[in-house]
Amino acid sequence: MARPKRPNVPVVIDGHEVMAYPDDTVLSVAKRNGIRIPHLCALDGVSVYGGCRLCVVDVAERHKLMPACGTAVAEDMEVHTQSRTLQEHRKLILEMILAEGNHVCAVCVSNGACELQDLAVELGVDHVRPDYQFPRRTVDASHPKYTFDPNRCVLCTRCVRTCSEVEGAHVWDVAGRANGSYLIADLGQPWGEAPSCTWCGKCVAVCPTGALAWKGKAVGEMRHDPNLVAFLTSARDEGEWLDRETM
Amino acid sequence: MRRTNSAPSRPRIATIWLGGCSGCHMSFVDLDEWLFELRRHADIVYGPLVDRKDFPEDVDAVLVEGSVTNTDNLELAHQLRARSKVVISFGDCAVTGNVTALRNLVGEPGEMVYRVYAEHPDRDGQMPSEVIPDLLPQALPLHHVVPVDLFLPGCPPPAPRIRDALTSLLGIDDTPHGIRFG
Ligand code: SF4
Ligand code: SF4
Ligand code: SF4
Repeated sequence: MARPKRPNVPVVIDGHEVMAYPDDTVLSVAKRNGIRIPHLCALDGVSVYGGCRLCVVDVAERHKLMPACGTAVAEDMEVHTQSRTLQEHRKLILEMILAEGNHVCAVCVSNGACELQDLAVELGVDHVRPDYQFPRRTVDASHPKYTFDPNRCVLCTRCVRTCSEVEGAHVWDVAGRANGSYLIADLGQPWGEAPSCTWCGKCVAVCPTGALAWKGKAVGEMRHDPNLVAFLTSARDEGEWLDRETM
Repeated sequence: MRRTNSAPSRPRIATIWLGGCSGCHMSFVDLDEWLFELRRHADIVYGPLVDRKDFPEDVDAVLVEGSVTNTDNLELAHQLRARSKVVISFGDCAVTGNVTALRNLVGEPGEMVYRVYAEHPDRDGQMPSEVIPDLLPQALPLHHVVPVDLFLPGCPPPAPRIRDALTSLLGIDDTPHGIRFG
């Protein structure tokens, strides 16, 4: 369904009335209106996953917390994004994410330019309360251009969705269950031996952490480009690369 | 701050180095001439920079560098907690385990110690003698061993961040700087 010219669904977020498009989620309308809801797995340009749960919000009349990224707007919906309880939940969620992997920022390619690290600062996480799991995970450096370090992978599936939906290759997927889940390339072979990989680098661009990186980057040198996907998909939607003459 | 011995008294600050690389203390020394300012407001009663053997009683605040990685660290952690009002995890090793906790990924330390000491080509096949404290099964952040009051992340925390913590604790006027792991 095509979007109406102007947003026409009134929604109230933290006491401010904003106008949403019918296909907006709480996160997308909040973003467009400059209302910050912390999030990690959400990525403009690919489908909704709703896995990290950092964007939980309170929606009036609903009896449980909702992920803002996966909640469709409705007329006169009343949303609260910043209550004390929500902030506490987000903090603990982030601490659990940090405890689940091996995040040693001091020796990480993404140190100083990492979405996870920035979220810790934003949410006031200055220490992690749950016990660290210290999982044993092996780095995959088999790809000629990129490295995958699962120690820093937060299983946000941005790479999975990007490779599948934008590049069309579907190299990455998640194997296992619950806290035994892990990322695999193709049928579980080393990334460098995965025949479906086109070396396009889109997965590396969108990774929010130091898990996917360019080879040869030293501590703090990696810069990701998560906006790449939205840029590509909107350019495709607008037909920007088509020859105007033949359109 | 009330104290049982002499009054009126100055705040007593300690610093201590557990399982760390001394980088956090290097950053402390990087406070440069501000250390003189600190000295005007408080006494530094213990630490690698102070000639004193035992951790003193009645410490107002202690900056703890490093994770709790061996039996010696464990004993000191309990001692410093019992003897200090404010315990500060000083740097990423104390806060998260950081690089010192990387050894936790390979499991029990026995095999690792054997490889480092006995199998290393530069050594003569001997394991360390009894003066070396035993490693704990895992290197742990300080707050997983004793309660901690303040956290000062960073590897190392830059000097301005240390200064912020101390100025706000001691009530000295100053402009604050930001926090971050790494
Ligand atoms: S991925 Fe981010 S949070 Fe994890 S170690 Fe690297 S810089 Fe730190
Ligand atoms: S480089 Fe491209 S094709 Fe290869 S895994 Fe990443 S996104 Fe998929
Ligand atoms: S590799 Fe990066 S993008 Fe992929 S799931 Fe892990 S953290 Fe997310």
